[in-house]
Amino acid sequence: MDLRRDVFQAIADPTRRAIITLLAVHAMTPGAIAEHFNSSRQTISKHIQILTECELLKQEQTGREIYYHLNPKKMKTIADFIEPFRNMWDDRFNKLESIMKRSINNPSGKKK
Amino acid sequence: MERKTKIHAEDGKQDLTITREFDLPVALLFRAYTEAGIVEQWMGTKVLKLENKQHGGYQFETSDPQGSVLFKAHGTIHDVVPDQKIVRTFEMDSAGFDAQLEFIDFEQLSPGTSKLTMHIIYRSPAHREQQLKLPFAYGINMAHDQLQNIVNKLK
Repeated sequence: MDLRRDVFQAIADPTRRAIITLLAVHAMTPGAIAEHFNSSRQTISKHIQILTECELLKQEQTGREIYYHLNPKKMKTIADFIEPFRNMWDDRFNKLESIMKRSINNPSGKKK
Repeated sequence: MERKTKIHAEDGKQDLTITREFDLPVALLFRAYTEAGIVEQWMGTKVLKLENKQHGGYQFETSDPQGSVLFKAHGTIHDVVPDQKIVRTFEMDSAGFDAQLEFIDFEQLSPGTSKLTMHIIYRSPAHREQQLKLPFAYGINMAHDQLQNIVNKLK
């Protein structure tokens, strides 16, 4: 079975979050990315590979160099997960509001 | 109903803010957070304990109709200022997630309207994303259960 590769797995790791932050500024070569970290070049390319498999990064060939840049479309899916979370709270708060409105009409708070 | 609940969550941060305006006096909104019987109704969970005071604690538990526990959570109340704020922790039991810190502010907008602001701080950005993902995962499970029910009826 394939390892699950999703956006959340990608951003669960601090090094990968740091790579995303770096690339948010501008596209970079793997070598330039690795220079920002104390980890081995091999470790960093493994992180880059995971980010690419999650489609958070895209490769671009410029001459002999490969540049990595962020895939803004995929970054948006994080925002998409907020919607079910927001709906959950909205449902709860709608309930809260209707319950408390009933208690305005029935101030003793006693059930009829 | 109009969607009035807003979530502010910046990418890569370990906190988020939930805001909502209510057609309720602030005192009633505060009661909805501090009276166990009312919390049970809108949170849809049983309240085993709710001590609204400094160093107080609370416990929620939700069971399915067969009586097996589906959800259990607890926390410590750090501070309570009537009609103004509650500061507390929240942690789901045996879910593998760390505790989160919640600042709940109650604000009067007019005598009949109020605003709630929940500022939740997680241990890490990854922890926040996991929590955000839960209702999404739950939604998929619900859809799956409903599908299962329909399929069972067809049998």
